[in-house]
Amino acid sequence: MNTERIRTATVSESAQRNDQTAPTTLAYREGQPLYAGRTDPRTINGWGADLDRSRRPAYPKEHTPPRLEVPWNEPEPQLQNIEVLTSVEHVQRPPVFGTVQPPSGLSGVLRRAAFGWAEADIRHWLVLILADRINVVEGVIEDLARGHVPNVFAEMGWKAKYKYNKRGFFTKIAVMSAVAGLGVYLLTRDRSED
Amino acid sequence: MLAMNYRGPYRVRAQQKPQPKIEHPNDAIIRVTRACICGSDLHLYHGLVPDLRVGHTFGHEFTGIVEEVGPSVTKLKKGDHVLVPFNVFCGSCFFCQKELYGNCHSVNPQATALGGAYGYSHTAGGYDGGQAQFVRVPLADVGPYVIPSDISLDDAVLLTDVFPTGYQAAEMAEIKEGDTVVVFGAGPVGIMAAKCAWLMGAGRVIVVDHVEYRLEFVQRFAQCEIVNFREVDDVATHLKRMTDGLGPDSCIDAVGAEAEGSALHKITGVKLLMQAGAATAVQWAINSVRKGGVISIVGVYGPTFNFVPLGNALNKGLTLRMNQASVKRHLPRLIEHIQAGRVKPSEIITHRVPLEEVADAYHIFDNKLDNCIKTVLIPPAVVH
Repeated sequence: MNTERIRTATVSESAQRNDQTAPTTLAYREGQPLYAGRTDPRTINGWGADLDRSRRPAYPKEHTPPRLEVPWNEPEPQLQNIEVLTSVEHVQRPPVFGTVQPPSGLSGVLRRAAFGWAEADIRHWLVLILADRINVVEGVIEDLARGHVPNVFAEMGWKAKYKYNKRGFFTKIAVMSAVAGLGVYLLTRDRSED
Repeated sequence: MLAMNYRGPYRVRAQQKPQPKIEHPNDAIIRVTRACICGSDLHLYHGLVPDLRVGHTFGHEFTGIVEEVGPSVTKLKKGDHVLVPFNVFCGSCFFCQKELYGNCHSVNPQATALGGAYGYSHTAGGYDGGQAQFVRVPLADVGPYVIPSDISLDDAVLLTDVFPTGYQAAEMAEIKEGDTVVVFGAGPVGIMAAKCAWLMGAGRVIVVDHVEYRLEFVQRFAQCEIVNFREVDDVATHLKRMTDGLGPDSCIDAVGAEAEGSALHKITGVKLLMQAGAATAVQWAINSVRKGGVISIVGVYGPTFNFVPLGNALNKGLTLRMNQASVKRHLPRLIEHIQAGRVKPSEIITHRVPLEEVADAYHIFDNKLDNCIKTVLIPPAVVH
């Protein structure tokens, strides 16, 4: 860890030629790093290749006219065959949209309710997160209804945990066993007391 | 087809689902050849992104071969091998006309603050992603980019997000010659941001993280200095001591919503959802950077609000810049950098995993096991 203090230097002559004259917390001088172990930038392949801002593709932030050739003034509207929830902050529904996982079930009811609030309203997001959690339960029910018992351990990547983190694997097994054991004990004790 | 399938927080599996169809005249169906797991996918994996529906397929970093095109597609043909920017965008709306393709207003009914992205919940438009054998790519005449013959598939797939986002992070940091740049986060985007800071003439690049193997990697890959924040008392004070008491000229947040390093942020932002993620990196950036400096944020946060020291930002006269990358606008220049041998993004790939083992791949990446930095999923029937 390098914690030594460094001197402030001024920018190099070449930078001054580029009209970037403000002093910086410069780490080097021409050709000689100030401290051993620190990289001399000019030894780095490509250093300064995009120093000239005109070479930076995202400069300026808003670049007009756009350089991309686009074959339409606006995209043709997509046909809507499923329910698509739309933010109340949109003046009109955008012409293109995803069509996967339309709202359904109880989570769908909540999602529809959430879209009654603007994005700026935290209720919109909190209700969506609640819907997401309910949707997880719906997913398990859907699996079981199809005769598929989800292998939660496989879905959580426990094979990889066993392979690369045996300590974590066995710790988790131990904690889960202890919690399950405690639960069984408490339930059993309650019954015997009754 | 086989596809990654979200079942709930920390639960994903590879599962058969119907193959996507052409739904708009300018759609293309792409047969995926490479799909990465991105650090921002972990926010989905942890169930932190609102309106994430069970059955969703993640994956916004992918390459593939054009399998089918809609009737109005003119710039792609069956058999083209393309990389697909993570942004879904129209190219013609108010924002796209300013080349803000990450802020397109025509592709996401569910939200106005976000543009569209593949496999990133319905808050990002409700498009399934590329961690599958096939994926629907809307507006195919503006998004996909045919991969040049001298660019490898592994480099190409990292041009869909990681390299452009890292580059734009450095660009938004407004680096001048000789500037000291601090990057928070030694994940794939932070690693690329550190590398790109040199391209823009930085005089000094420092990366801050706490995962030792990642710090060692970025030190080698980006020839930068490193700071393990677990080994210092206070990050801002430490960085100021490294920079003559002034602070770095610019700071980049390449961490986002699940940052380590602050119990307060972690509990309120990740465990209790009282804020839209742990804004630790933003807080450190504001408190570290020199007066009049620039903060560049590409780490992903949720849509509500965060606890950040705006008063300090005001008093220090800071410039805060942030955005999702406009991938398409970066591609020609970044391809030049790869062709010139200045950057070899594929060097960050550490794991190649069959799509069938997607659950294990997520677990390894999430828990930073086996020195994992970047994971690529390979769909069945693709030659590795």
